[in-house]
Amino acid sequence: MHQVDHARREALKQGSATAIFGLFVAAGLVRPGTAHAAWNQAAFSAKTVDAVVKGLGGASTAPTKDVNWGSTPEIAENGAVVPVSVTSNVPKTESISILVEKNPNALAATFTIPAGTDPTVSTRVKMGETSQVHALIKADGKYLVATREIKVTLGGCGG
Amino acid sequence: MADPMRIRAKIEGDKTVVRVLMAHEMETGQRRDSTGKVVPAHFIQEVTATHNGKTVLAAQWGPAISKNPYLQFQFAGAKAGEKIAIAWVDNKGDKRTDEATIAA
Repeated sequence: MHQVDHARREALKQGSATAIFGLFVAAGLVRPGTAHAAWNQAAFSAKTVDAVVKGLGGASTAPTKDVNWGSTPEIAENGAVVPVSVTSNVPKTESISILVEKNPNALAATFTIPAGTDPTVSTRVKMGETSQVHALIKADGKYLVATREIKVTLGGCGG
Repeated sequence: MADPMRIRAKIEGDKTVVRVLMAHEMETGQRRDSTGKVVPAHFIQEVTATHNGKTVLAAQWGPAISKNPYLQFQFAGAKAGEKIAIAWVDNKGDKRTDEATIAA
């Protein structure tokens, strides 16, 4: 009996959420897709950290210790879902990128941090094998990099 | 069209903490199916978070972001009851926008 009720409640919740969203679109409150900047093909197809920095428009990097890895583990059991959390303590942080050195393409994500948003992001990435993971911080026009090794006990490339 | 995102936005101190769970395959384009054919890449490339018409986070992603992506970030200047909108576009041009109300 309880189970049936649960299923019904879920169905009702989902149904109404979809309906409400539809109303927003109809009312023009949500624009379905806006013009967007081109995806950075060069940076995302780069194989090395240096090439990624070039692809993002930088020249060189300096090491930094002003990065807090938060809940990022040192050993990940499942390479398909590795939680990565990066907090930059560098003043004027403009963007945070996450790079996995031994992945086929090093760059996993790049986040642009506007004024008013904290320079902290958490997500989950795939890792093919144990690798150095870099947090690339762009601050005041300069690129800084912090590195930590994450050991992977089960690869993420099998999907 | 992809399933809706799950968005939780909550005021914590003077910040709004936003947690998003998106439903997406995030296929890398490196994997082969049982017949040995490469499974074509299909992944979210761009994510934008908007509050009161202002972009509070913009991201570009590669296929190395995990399946059903998770994202957490925080920003200042929002009040409970206001809306936060999250939008994504993938490499096939599919897109989705979802909204959530910021909770106190």
